[in-house]
Amino acid sequence: MALPTRDVAGILADNLRLRGSVLPIPARQATRWARELDLPKGGSTVLYTGLMYQLIPCIERLVTIERWAGDTPLARFTGLGRRLNRLVNGVAFVPRPSARERAEYDRVPADVARLLHRAGVEFGYLYEDDLYAGTLAWDLGADEAVAIHARRVVARLRRHGVREVITIDPHTTNMLRSVYPKLVDGYDIRVRNYLEVLAERGLDFPAPVHDRVVIHDPCVYARYENVVEPPRKLLAAAGLDAGEPAASGRLTWCCGGPAEALYPARAAAVAAGRVAQLRETAPECVTMCPICLVNLRKAGDGMRFRDISGYLARAAGIPGATGTAGQADPPPAPGGR
Amino acid sequence: MSTLIGPALAADLRRRGGFDAQACMGCGYCTAACPLGIDMLPRRLFRYVLFGMDAEVRAELETVFSCLLCRACEQSCPAGVHITDNVRTLRGWLLEEGR
Repeated sequence: MALPTRDVAGILADNLRLRGSVLPIPARQATRWARELDLPKGGSTVLYTGLMYQLIPCIERLVTIERWAGDTPLARFTGLGRRLNRLVNGVAFVPRPSARERAEYDRVPADVARLLHRAGVEFGYLYEDDLYAGTLAWDLGADEAVAIHARRVVARLRRHGVREVITIDPHTTNMLRSVYPKLVDGYDIRVRNYLEVLAERGLDFPAPVHDRVVIHDPCVYARYENVVEPPRKLLAAAGLDAGEPAASGRLTWCCGGPAEALYPARAAAVAAGRVAQLRETAPECVTMCPICLVNLRKAGDGMRFRDISGYLARAAGIPGATGTAGQADPPPAPGGR
Repeated sequence: MSTLIGPALAADLRRRGGFDAQACMGCGYCTAACPLGIDMLPRRLFRYVLFGMDAEVRAELETVFSCLLCRACEQSCPAGVHITDNVRTLRGWLLEEGR
């Protein structure tokens, strides 16, 4: 059984308004991926993660708790939980994901940064000022909270002299490129996704990967942001034999992930349907969105799912890339599906 | 049971963030394309709004919030209705109603 919709949505919107993220995690946890990269702080062009990949292990813990609590009498106290959460950050009491659970998701922004360096792109990073963009609260209709937050994000970008951001996931790309211009007066930040940047620049792939894979287009790239060709161009250049499922490109099929925060069982049902489609083309799937990756993987049942950045990093010869053949999937969160 | 019909709800939603459901022709392509197989969205739901049937809209809270916003419906809509924007606007109204 799902927890009360209004209370859960309210907690997420409260967190964004009070703490700058729907799931506030410590800055050191959000920026850990950049430790070994020595990226300059700020600059006219920055890599903007929006924390989506870094938040996934925490989201998984919370969904596990939510599924458990939904079946107990505790569900009746969700409203009280919302009031308490206004006073104390409830996320701080969620058991921390293990280093192994975090490793793969932290690896994505690191691989993206290394790929951009290989392509000769110069950029900085905002560290603790790289804020969540507000996606989930926007999807829930909490427009007022998101508008306030968007102004906060843009103020930080301007403080660091940023003119252009390079994003790494579809949701942050959509928020910064298509939603913020409606919310912030005089918004003039150029927003490109790293797949668009790499496809435009061209990149050498000295260690081509000849795996047979199937492409899963995220709805937000394909239908909101028209990012369909760049990943295909890059995968072909990296040597992959990338097949199309029955529903692909602008006609792609949702992974179900957007329903997970409120209705995890519905999300799982949609994911299972998508996995059945994908499996008909290949047993290994390339994803490009953290939400798709985690939701499809849970429904995967023997299929392998990897983020596109790992395949590209492996073909570019970046050591320890996540697309390395034979690497095990990270363990699911305790109690997860 | 009788229902009072009026334009106030639709007008309120249009003020909030745009609500163009009046363009919906009720053809059902959206329902056929929905990965969740939601048969309520958006045809009947939008009619509830346009007729000002607040109570019926409130009763569909779970339907409104389970929409994936994936835009598969919009890809198929011959009338070009901004279905996901309408759903988001409805969510904002429902959240405020519950405060």
